Amino acid sequence: MTALNTGHEAVSSVTPVRRRATTRRRAGLAGYLFVSGYAILLLAFGIFPTVYAFFLALTNDRGQFTGLNQFIKVAQDYRFAPAFLNISLYLVMWLLSVVVLTVVVAIVLRSRMRPRLSAIFRFLYYLPGALAGVASVLVWLFMLDPAVSPVSWLLRSLGFADFAAVLSPGDLPVILVLIAFWTGAGGWIVVMYGALNNIPDEVLEAARTDGAGPWKTAWHIQIPMIRKWIAYMAILAFAGGTQLFVEPQMLQTASLGRVSPTWSPNQLAYVYAFQHGDFNGAAAISIFLLALGLICAALLVTRSDLFKVDES
Amino acid sequence: MKSPESAKPGMRRLVSRSAFALLSLSAATVLAGCASATQSTPTASPSAAFKPAAQTAGSQITVWADSTRLPAVQQYQKSHPDVKMNIVTYDGSANGSTYLQTKVQLFDRTGNGWPDVVFGSPTDVTWASQPTSPSATAFAAPLDANLVPQQTLDGFAKGSLAPCQFNGHTYCLRNDIAQVVLWYNKTLMDKFGYQVPTTWEQYEALGEQVAKEHPGYLVGAVGDTNSQESYFWSSQCPAFQLEDPATLKVDLTDGNCTRMATLLDKLIAAKAVTTQGFFSQGFAKDPGGSKVVMANGPSWYGQYLFNAAFKVPAGQIAAAAPLTWEGETTAATGNVGGGVWMVSSHSKNLKASTDLATWLTTSNDFQANAPTYPAYVPAAKAWLANPANSKYFATDISAVFEQAADLVWTGWSNTKFSDATAWSNVVLPALTQGKTLTETLPQWQTAITDEAKSVGYTIATK
Repeated sequence: MTALNTGHEAVSSVTPVRRRATTRRRAGLAGYLFVSGYAILLLAFGIFPTVYAFFLALTNDRGQFTGLNQFIKVAQDYRFAPAFLNISLYLVMWLLSVVVLTVVVAIVLRSRMRPRLSAIFRFLYYLPGALAGVASVLVWLFMLDPAVSPVSWLLRSLGFADFAAVLSPGDLPVILVLIAFWTGAGGWIVVMYGALNNIPDEVLEAARTDGAGPWKTAWHIQIPMIRKWIAYMAILAFAGGTQLFVEPQMLQTASLGRVSPTWSPNQLAYVYAFQHGDFNGAAAISIFLLALGLICAALLVTRSDLFKVDES
Repeated sequence: MKSPESAKPGMRRLVSRSAFALLSLSAATVLAGCASATQSTPTASPSAAFKPAAQTAGSQITVWADSTRLPAVQQYQKSHPDVKMNIVTYDGSANGSTYLQTKVQLFDRTGNGWPDVVFGSPTDVTWASQPTSPSATAFAAPLDANLVPQQTLDGFAKGSLAPCQFNGHTYCLRNDIAQVVLWYNKTLMDKFGYQVPTTWEQYEALGEQVAKEHPGYLVGAVGDTNSQESYFWSSQCPAFQLEDPATLKVDLTDGNCTRMATLLDKLIAAKAVTTQGFFSQGFAKDPGGSKVVMANGPSWYGQYLFNAAFKVPAGQIAAAAPLTWEGETTAATGNVGGGVWMVSSHSKNLKASTDLATWLTTSNDFQANAPTYPAYVPAAKAWLANPANSKYFATDISAVFEQAADLVWTGWSNTKFSDATAWSNVVLPALTQGKTLTETLPQWQTAITDEAKSVGYTIATK
């Protein structure tokens, strides 16, 4: 069971904490050097832009302090509410599908399938994730256009006569969830599978001895034990989801404008900055998104005890 | 070792304390009364202050062109090998794209990177002729200020430079005009035994006849990003009518709008007009260009749509004069696009840049073979005289083109936003879902006014 043990060490939060404490005393400089690369990049491309966005959102283009007026201005924009409504609809569908489906698939792969077959499936699921965002949208543009799609019979039988019909406003959240799930879920299935690997066999054996079937084991043992990873996935999927930009932007161009250019809040910020030249308003929208992401993360972190370190 | 648990209350205290600080700070700012969040509008007349950048003779110029205009730029490079050029292809602002505007906004912020010469749409001139921010200079250089001789400017077709003009200066050279005419397939019309209509009423009757006698054949399409210009502009509908530079009249309840909506609704219901676009994916395959009996559309439909995209054989396509409404004596027509060339006010080589823009728009070497109808009158004559342009058509199109060029209705203005956006993402999806144009007009009205207000227009509805 060596493979299982190393996996256990790598992901479990118990051992690293203890080791970090001892190494810090021994070689402090090396530690700082190792984190410095990331820290500098984080400062330059994460912290500084955030601070700058706050500065922009609280001032106008003449550099005067505006208080909350920028936020009020963008919130009153006629495109603000539809964009946030669109993204909320998308997020609900995307989070539900990514959380439920990846966990179910990972459990099936882990417990109900021969290891060789499971490895092949994990590879197949992961494959679309290797395509960059734009490329995956292009794949779906072909899939969804009845004129060229390999499954055009399916599209036509669903009542979609042409590409324009497929892209009707009501279908957009579904289409975007499809694209996001197709590209993103594979990676998460692999991660969830790794998390399930962490559960000691003794626990599962004990469950089996007590008479738990596979679904009972999944529901009462496996899912509770990988709860933290599920929360972690939900936070990252939520943060990624709020930033939706490339997919609707590409659909907008490819459909020759049939999709609104301000479908998602990020696109609205983009229009603010680069069409209206209003970088302050754009920054205010980005702060709204940041707040949304932070609130959701805070909820999930406190509910799931993600940062709680359990001593063994 | 400090237990991680003991750190938590401390963290909580810190978080709550900073939240409280933030709250009180924002409360204080609300009370203090802060500066307005509205964007400052540049007030000074930009043209009066036009100061060219320091010039470097013979320096390289960067040219942005769309793929259709790329051969023209390459032809110039071939005939002027001593001019150093960097040629970049981009979308050319087609279909309501804002790529050029986006990039210029960025260049204005970074203070460098502007291309020297760009191909764009008339909509681009509305923002390029004014600074994007108080500290920026307008992107387009006033070409009438010692750059292009007045004599050359006078050679452009009547009214064709109107989209280029702002505050008494000319900021672009018009590449082509796209006057709307009635295209028809003469071979099909003769075969079916139909007369070419001269009024919209006849067009409507013929459309219903086509639907009944030859189902599957089409007399038009409304699903393109510019179909509203072919139909509603031709109908003199006040959808984008600037009353003064800051006031936009949008009144889709006007009879001129509803008559066109009613007409199209009847033909869409009869399936003689499709809600697909001629340029949408798959149209050329299904139903295919050979099913198009008539198409009310711009002058470039001939070569660009029927010849290049639909591959209709030569000798079938003909053009007729713009349709009139019964009871109206003079016809008016629409205009679909018609590109412009602009020179950057930041160019370090204005001489070479201006020379290129002038050559592209006025030289017969290129314009006589251009895919579109030249705006420069002598070039237009050469274009019509070019056998390659006339031999494709079943009849002589020159009289129709020249007549229609003078009939373009001036009540449909160039605005700071594209007239394609609302049409494409509000009206077209509604049509695809089976709604009629008439019931979609209020939505279109709202979409236009919302967009117009967001870029600073005052709206007039009557």
